[in-house]
Amino acid sequence: MSSVLAHPERVGVLLGEHIVLVLVSLAIALAIALPLGVVAARKPRLGALILGASGVLYTIPSLALLALLVAAIGLGPPTAIVALVIYAQMVLLRGVVAGLRGVDPALVDAARGLGLTPRQTLLRVEFPAALPVVLGGVRIAAVTLVALATVAAWIQAGGLGVLLFEGLRTDNAAKIVAGALASALLAIAADLALRAVERTVRA
Amino acid sequence: MELRGLAVRYPGAQMAAVHDVDLAIEPGTFAVLLGPSGCGKSTLLRTINRLVEPSAGTVLIDGVDVRQQDATQVRRGIGYAIQAVGLFPHYTVAQNVAVVPKLLGWDEARSAARVDELLALVSLEPARYRARKPRELSGGEAQRVGVARALAAEPPVLLMDEPFAAVDAIVRASLQDEIARVHRELGTTIVFVTHDVDEALRLADRIVVMNAGRVVQVAPPATLLEHPADDFVRHLVGVDAETRRLALERPLIER
Repeated sequence: MSSVLAHPERVGVLLGEHIVLVLVSLAIALAIALPLGVVAARKPRLGALILGASGVLYTIPSLALLALLVAAIGLGPPTAIVALVIYAQMVLLRGVVAGLRGVDPALVDAARGLGLTPRQTLLRVEFPAALPVVLGGVRIAAVTLVALATVAAWIQAGGLGVLLFEGLRTDNAAKIVAGALASALLAIAADLALRAVERTVRA
Repeated sequence: MELRGLAVRYPGAQMAAVHDVDLAIEPGTFAVLLGPSGCGKSTLLRTINRLVEPSAGTVLIDGVDVRQQDATQVRRGIGYAIQAVGLFPHYTVAQNVAVVPKLLGWDEARSAARVDELLALVSLEPARYRARKPRELSGGEAQRVGVARALAAEPPVLLMDEPFAAVDAIVRASLQDEIARVHRELGTTIVFVTHDVDEALRLADRIVVMNAGRVVQVAPPATLLEHPADDFVRHLVGVDAETRRLALERPLIER
């Protein structure tokens, strides 16, 4: 009981690790999902394949995926990040594909007709128009990753999960409550912050 | 502008959307492509700025085959306005109008001056409308901005695909007056698609009647009413041909 209360700064350090894990994973996941989503939105058949594959990966239990990845690349934060990137793909890809497919065809027709190149049409017209939906995906992915990242402690990748696993092992309820509370608050904070961003984009 | 032996067949389609069309449009003409929906008029229009690639034939503008040039370069030199307008929702009115000048690398001052000039041309007070977003415009105002955007870089040719079909009759009439005046003032060659006979008669120097992918008659409005080429045209201009002919004889102001 006493360890958490005696060392509140430790919760801060673990929270910091947790945030870094989520942000790094989310950034890498977006860097993959944006181009892949563009391809999936343009080519229906390939798109079905890509979305299907990301859906299958999403159904793998997190502990099983981590165990497989540990066997392949070992313990530590990089392994956790790979797992989080994989989990984020389904939600992010769906957001990108739904966003781009939902763009008013008249916008694209007008953009092409005025002489924008395909690249300019994508960057200046389609992405801005799809942004609210894409951001919705980012928000859900962020909240999911905050929850999933607690499991990373199991493979020595740090984060708030450390408190949960230590608490379980040493039968320390205060640690478990502190870990659970901190990760829940982080998820809520991420949700609210990204909702605010979504609102400014829609306005 | 000249279309020679133009045909468009969409992949998987049984019939050609456009069938062996020859058409010459003199500079400064207000040409209206008229016909029922699905007759190929929009497809024909879209071959001019290469939004649709013909399966046969050529489009010549000032004697140059548009397919010899880069498609985006061709489009930047041709105005384009459509029924759904397609204003970019995250841009202001001024930014929308300045899209093509910006693509062409005009400096800020020249673009800004041109935006104000164009908004005034389509009867939108620049100071009031410049900074608005498209969602703050009525349908008629949005379409005026769409026309201003299409004319921004002073294109010699303006393509319009049923631009006024989505607005109510009163707004449509004022937009028609507006585009007729713009045509008189600028001398731009306009190719205008509509299924509305009255709109065609009101605006056109030359009406190009299309049916099932073919051009059935090319004539000035009065000739079309007096000497329809066949039963299809006679039926299209309808039983009201006599009334419409009389209406044509009165000056524009009285109508």
